[in-house]
Amino acid sequence: MRHTLSVLVENNPGVLARVAGLFSRRGYNIDSLAVGRTDNPAISRMTIVVEGDERVLEQVIKQLRKLIEVIKVSDISREEHVDRELVLIKVSAEPEKRGEIMQIADIFRARIVDLGRRTMILECTGNEGKIRAFEESLRPYGIKELVRTGKIAMLRGSRYTNINGTREDE
Amino acid sequence: MKLTAAQALVRCLELEQVEVVFGLPGGAMLPVYDALYHSSIKHVLVRHEQGAVHAADGYARATGRVGVCMATSGPGATNLVTGIANAYMDSVPLVIFTGQVPTTQVGTDAFQEVDITGITMPITKHNYLVKDPAALPQIIKNAFHIASTGRPGPVLIDLPKDVAQATIDFYYPEKVRLPGYRPNYQGHPAKINQAAELIRRSERPVIYAGGGIINAGASEELVQLAETISAPVVNTLMGLSSFPGDHPLFLGMLGLHGTRYANLAVTECDLLIALGARFDDRVTGKVAAFAPQAKIIHVDIDPAEIGKNVLVDVPIVGDVKQVLRALLPLLDKTDRSRWLARVQELKEQYPLTYSREGGLKPQYVVEEIYRHTGGEAVVATDVGQHQMWVAQFYRFKRPRSLISSGGLGAMGFGLPAAIGAQLALPGKQVILVTGDGSFQMNIQELATLREQDLPLKIFLLNNYKLGMVRQLQQFYCEGRYMAVDFKFHPDFVLLAKAYGIKGYSVQSEKELQEILPRVFEEPGPVLVDCLISPEENVLPMVPAGRGIDETIA
Repeated sequence: MRHTLSVLVENNPGVLARVAGLFSRRGYNIDSLAVGRTDNPAISRMTIVVEGDERVLEQVIKQLRKLIEVIKVSDISREEHVDRELVLIKVSAEPEKRGEIMQIADIFRARIVDLGRRTMILECTGNEGKIRAFEESLRPYGIKELVRTGKIAMLRGSRYTNINGTREDE
Repeated sequence: MKLTAAQALVRCLELEQVEVVFGLPGGAMLPVYDALYHSSIKHVLVRHEQGAVHAADGYARATGRVGVCMATSGPGATNLVTGIANAYMDSVPLVIFTGQVPTTQVGTDAFQEVDITGITMPITKHNYLVKDPAALPQIIKNAFHIASTGRPGPVLIDLPKDVAQATIDFYYPEKVRLPGYRPNYQGHPAKINQAAELIRRSERPVIYAGGGIINAGASEELVQLAETISAPVVNTLMGLSSFPGDHPLFLGMLGLHGTRYANLAVTECDLLIALGARFDDRVTGKVAAFAPQAKIIHVDIDPAEIGKNVLVDVPIVGDVKQVLRALLPLLDKTDRSRWLARVQELKEQYPLTYSREGGLKPQYVVEEIYRHTGGEAVVATDVGQHQMWVAQFYRFKRPRSLISSGGLGAMGFGLPAAIGAQLALPGKQVILVTGDGSFQMNIQELATLREQDLPLKIFLLNNYKLGMVRQLQQFYCEGRYMAVDFKFHPDFVLLAKAYGIKGYSVQSEKELQEILPRVFEEPGPVLVDCLISPEENVLPMVPAGRGIDETIA
């Protein structure tokens, strides 16, 4: 079972190493990890996708909370949420194939962000399933390179994971 | 007030009422030592940095206060690593200062540079690399708070030399600034009610008490609980001394080398009340066979310990003293004479014994030390067979009277830790029981002992062996003894003499009895080299991978 954790941390040097070190040391598997500053520059948010059963997840969350610089940990995959990844794919695109590739891009609402003599770079955002489908659609043309971000996620509606104690409603 | 950061550091220590600092200076620490020159804080110069951190650890264990030590950059810092890991495993509050190369050289593989914050990340509760000199006072404030609250642990502060030399506007902040650190002390009332209900319904409860009792200062509450609900008490190694060793409800230590009656009581109980203990593998043996009939209440200050190794029925996150204080009024005095009779039967059926035939027995030495000190001494140990014999045969009276490396099992801990404890408790008799393997791992600290002129009494249980490993090889390697015999030892009595310490050698009960009064009358340090029967095993023993009810006696 995979879970998406939203982790608010103090924006200090070394905090990423602490979190990453914790996962490797205790043998937890990180599927993906995305870090960025929040609207408060002193605080960063890590979105961590972790694989494991309930017991592993409980330990991961408790161990994360033990880190002094971790302010808040929420398992947001338990609730309604939006999650997104972004992928850049460089695909072989001989002139006669470009039309087909552009149609695929249209279907997935992807954007063409670079056009070389024999390649194109496409940018696509979406949830994991969509990104996977997009990648599969382009595979027959020859994927030269693929770069993707980790997942980022946010609760739906007026619920949010803020730093003032527990999760709040309106 | 304008101060250098190094002067500010010393001022902060004074304001934290630090009395003793253990350390060994070096290039990167020159500014700090220069500032210490003008301070009233006592600095104890050790002979190896590992001695400094173990001594600070012994000081902290003996008093419950934060132990402080310091070392220079590079090798000074790496020499601390074992001691930091040791303190981390046993939840001992320490603040550790290391020197660092100047910030302009950090990351360049400079002389005596090592990334000590990186190295100690998994073995500190938290650590800091100070880059902004003005931030140092707040960092020190935070460090003492983190080290001593919640589940205690070591905090390391790495201080680059140029940062230490920089001038700052000093003031010591009143408050910590730690948005992500809020230990929970009060147990959840609903859970405490559930615990009370389980206790009321239980016919055969056992209290399993660990080091958390000592850290929380909850010994009185523990005794009250045991007496109120008529439950026998078993201790972990770290928990020893939290419950009076001569109390009729006391069953001694459980686990790998625990008493058979402690292990069997846990096996037969219908309710296990775990207080400040963490279901360590040396305690549980095969987890599936651990307290198989029991519901489990688990009280711990560290939420991550609950449900880690064993699933529990009533989890209570909180300070065990506060939780017990909330729980006790909910409980009525209960008579469980049938259960206590059964426990008494186990005690009589499987007593803790040894044969006095065949030379001087280590268990006898421990019993004699107990007899001579009336259980009033603070006993430090090293790690190995002697440690288990102390755990089994010394009956501790008061909390913090056993100082021993539990989780890490670090040989070499004993001597410096005993020095730290004796410095902390000048009016108390501190005793070190050590082994010939462990003792030689930090033997250089005999010089520190002499220099500090401490009345420490050292009993060296000498079997010319790495005895615990020999025992393991006997049981698990069919007696193929590999690298466990010392074919050469120094003459330990002469060695003590070389350090200006009085030494005796004994190899019989009679010789031991003759010298013991003299040992304890001696105002200074004494070493007693006890040549014990060399093949003595620590028994009982739970074979690897077995349940704790399957002991070899």
